[in-house]
Amino acid sequence: MSGRRLASGGLINRAAPVRFAFDGRDFAGFAGDTVASALLANGVGLVGRSFKYHRPRGVFSAGPEEPNALVELRNGTRREPNTKATTAELFAGLVARSQNRWPSLAFDVLAINQLASPIFVAGFYYKTFMWPAVLWEKLYEPLIRRAAGLGKASVETDPDSYEKATAFCDVLVIGSGPAGLMAALTAGRAGARVIVAEEDFPLGGRLLAETYEIDGMPGAAWTAGVEAELRALPNVRIMRRTVVFGVYDGGTYGALERVSDHLAVPPPHQPRQRLWKLVAKRTVLAAGAIERPVVFGGNDRPGVMLASAVRSYANRFGVAAGERIAVFTTGDDGWRTAGDLLAQGVTVAAVIDPRTEVAPAVRALAGGAEVYLGAMVRDAHGAHGLRRIDVVRADGSSVSIAADVLAVSGGWNPTASLATHHGARTEWSDTKLAFLPGKTPPGLAVAGAAAGNFTTAEALADGVRLGNEAAVALGFTATSIAAIRTSDESFAVAPLFHVAAARTKAFVDLQNDVTVKDIALAEREGFRSVEHLKRYTTLGMATDQGKTSNVNGLAIMAELTGRSIPETGSTRSRPPHVPVAIGAFAGLHKGLDFKPTRLPASHGWAVARGAVFVETGQWLRAQWYPQPGETDWLTSVTREVKAVRGGAGICDVSTLGKIALEGPDVGAFLDRVYANMFSTLPVGRARYGLMLREDGIVMDDGTTARLADERFVMSTTTINAGKVMQHLEFCHQVLWPELDLDMVSVTEQWAQFAVAGPSSRQLLQTLFGPGVDLSDAAVPYMAARELQLDSIPARLFRLSFSGELAYEIAVPARFGAALAGALVTAGAGLGVVPYGTEALGVMRVEKGHVAGNELNGTSTAGDLGLGRMLSSKKDFIGRTMAARPGLVDPARPALVGLRPVDRAQRLRAGAHFLARDAKAEAANDAGYMTSVVFSPELGHWIGLGLLANGPQRHGEIIRAYDALRGEDIAVEVVPPVHVDPEGVRLRG
Amino acid sequence: MRIDCPFCGSREIVEFSYLGDAGVQRPAPDAGSVFTDYVYLRDNVAGRHREYWYHGSGCHSWLVVERDTRSHEIFSVDYAHRETVR
Repeated sequence: MSGRRLASGGLINRAAPVRFAFDGRDFAGFAGDTVASALLANGVGLVGRSFKYHRPRGVFSAGPEEPNALVELRNGTRREPNTKATTAELFAGLVARSQNRWPSLAFDVLAINQLASPIFVAGFYYKTFMWPAVLWEKLYEPLIRRAAGLGKASVETDPDSYEKATAFCDVLVIGSGPAGLMAALTAGRAGARVIVAEEDFPLGGRLLAETYEIDGMPGAAWTAGVEAELRALPNVRIMRRTVVFGVYDGGTYGALERVSDHLAVPPPHQPRQRLWKLVAKRTVLAAGAIERPVVFGGNDRPGVMLASAVRSYANRFGVAAGERIAVFTTGDDGWRTAGDLLAQGVTVAAVIDPRTEVAPAVRALAGGAEVYLGAMVRDAHGAHGLRRIDVVRADGSSVSIAADVLAVSGGWNPTASLATHHGARTEWSDTKLAFLPGKTPPGLAVAGAAAGNFTTAEALADGVRLGNEAAVALGFTATSIAAIRTSDESFAVAPLFHVAAARTKAFVDLQNDVTVKDIALAEREGFRSVEHLKRYTTLGMATDQGKTSNVNGLAIMAELTGRSIPETGSTRSRPPHVPVAIGAFAGLHKGLDFKPTRLPASHGWAVARGAVFVETGQWLRAQWYPQPGETDWLTSVTREVKAVRGGAGICDVSTLGKIALEGPDVGAFLDRVYANMFSTLPVGRARYGLMLREDGIVMDDGTTARLADERFVMSTTTINAGKVMQHLEFCHQVLWPELDLDMVSVTEQWAQFAVAGPSSRQLLQTLFGPGVDLSDAAVPYMAARELQLDSIPARLFRLSFSGELAYEIAVPARFGAALAGALVTAGAGLGVVPYGTEALGVMRVEKGHVAGNELNGTSTAGDLGLGRMLSSKKDFIGRTMAARPGLVDPARPALVGLRPVDRAQRLRAGAHFLARDAKAEAANDAGYMTSVVFSPELGHWIGLGLLANGPQRHGEIIRAYDALRGEDIAVEVVPPVHVDPEGVRLRG
Repeated sequence: MRIDCPFCGSREIVEFSYLGDAGVQRPAPDAGSVFTDYVYLRDNVAGRHREYWYHGSGCHSWLVVERDTRSHEIFSVDYAHRETVR
């Protein structure tokens, strides 16, 4: 085949030449070309090798249905495989390469695969490489992957960005052919907010590729007029290069906007692609139709193309696909390809139609070209490009015709897959010879060729009708549109899906190299259901999703099984309708932006002090503060712990959840959500509270303070803050709406610091000045006070997580960083240190306090040694279920402390407990180590764990078995409180 | 899927979280095995289903949504407290 640029015509900009490269050779095209049209204009007919047999392949279509012309686009980090040359817009400097060939496109070593085709039949993966299994991973799979495959992905980081956006409209119009344009215009004129989504770069759809006139104008000129009016309407938004790929619930549509794919690199601050959620009250699907080929021998030769594509290249791109073009059509529409080519001065070698009679007006389109009625193309020949076709007549005689392009038309398949995304199936029409949309998703109507109404007049009328229907349904007034003069071309078509007389390989699915024989084999082996057929033969899979192959595959299966096409059924299509890059779904949510990062008020202050940070949920918290000369974390953490226990330390605890509760019934409410009593809590006091889930397992813990009679502030763990808030709101709104209270999360509003250590009172006295009485009598253990720090409202709680004399002080978040500095200044003479979450953890394990490691979603209050907190005087969430026998079984693993018998040994969290002489197997598992730390106070490692019958086993020596690290050490069971068990220090 | 929150208006599904059957009633504390059913037993309804949704990224309302579990068609949305009082 030797295509060329026609002397005139087309919608390309001949004043704007564009240089590009394909397989290392330089070419020129024009602005408005696709890669495919530019290659055809340069006489390049061979563009790739096929998936399985490495057969030479050329451009087959002119749109997103393309099965053959897949190329690797761009270089380096931007290299993208399997790009359809038929939709890729040409830009200056574009670099494309053919795929799946080695060493070169013209000479491919693996083309020998086709000689071995008997073993590459349907299901060959399942049959051929069965034995021995050990060879699969090492030999068969790598071999197959190299031989069968398409392009190679860039393995480097994608340099471009993607983003997501949402838009709302009254009427979404998908497609901008005659039906879409009229739907948009009628709904737009009526005043509805309209979005028009067009996959292509210009509007117009098939109008750009056809020669018939609308209102006395060429289709492109008429389109330009409508587009100008739509652009002038402020309520209409036109989205070009935007493909709608999925229909979701509630009128939500997924769409991909290719913002920068037509440029060498995205413009500054622009993404490469934008993923849209389009929310529409009504939708008009006007996605047109895709031509159906006919299956015959050698129908994959470069040069065999869809008749509509040959027309597109001639009329829209000013390209003759070949020098001698034959047309094989089963319907009237294909004849127009001959007519259009003749009008452009291209030689039409022959028109072949299996019908014995054709209307005179249709017959006239072939002009003086040879016409074969009642005839079919049996086989196509030509190794690297079509050279001749064998035509067989009704009487069995055959003739060989020289041609370098064969334009094939077997009718049209409506692009209605979006209409089936809600589980509906398409319905076969014997009159249209096509699957038409049946039941459609709520709010979606189908117009024009997508509904099987193929003529321009029908499409225009459908658009007006459905545009008005949508507008009226939304309360707008219908607009009348003057009748539009246009042709009413004939789409009469005869049912012919494949030529049974074919003598050479006949391909049903070009992308997956599925032949008629493969379908026959699937039928013989019992894979007759369409879903089985698809999976067994791979028919209709991969990037084109069978847009040109599914119906033919079904029709052939129907023939083989003696059933009708509707009896054979059709596969249901699912989103996405076209391939969508994973990057577009991720958008900006990658790396550190995958989720929000929350920073406590003192974050900058901690950064300035060189803190090392740790992620706790979304929060970034200071983990420890290394000092000059400290090279390992344990040195820093040990120093911090010693400084706190020896003097004073401060730690930002703002990340703990804080919930303000107000109202006369807060006390009663807290009694119901906490396992212990809160209505009796005096004003000015705080209490440790334990919250259960309704199934009796511990959900969360924290302290809640009563600041005034009807005003409380609750704290939760950092990680459960959101969950507790949701739970409390459920309890209030759903279970007990009669209780009079309100609640709101104030986690972000207050910055809160722990001030711990024997010198903490002195430090705070310096901070508050002598006017505030901080004596033990005035602020006893578990006191909660509201006071002023300078003129700032502050809250002071006497709480201790470390076991030392300790406080927590809270100020409005905007003063958090200043407070951190003020605390360090106030403690300057007391050896104060900032400490991080590690030191916090060390001190809580030393004190036997439970935290997230112990509140693991399976532990009960009893397991944690907190069984006595469950009040028997009231009902509360989880009370009934916590009393189940299984949850009060004393043999359950319960909290203990652990110490290595050899004090020099390190403990490991996650190590499982075994009796001293027990074999290390699951049946002997007696629990596990939940938390371990090095205790500076004791000078060795200590741990907490959940051990079966634990509280009865203090003093026993057991084993901590860590299979992952291969460690098995003797540990002593001790009470969980390792340091100051009498609690003398915290009352200091 | 979108839910028409009575306070905020029509909002996307990502703003909500799901709890399940809104037909269950929390039994009296001494109800025995009925309590186990309340905590664990739910019908797997194919069809119209009244269920709790929480508008966590919006007004924090607990809602009762009547939805067809097969088609996601939503028939009604109301505040859960109104449903409870009813």
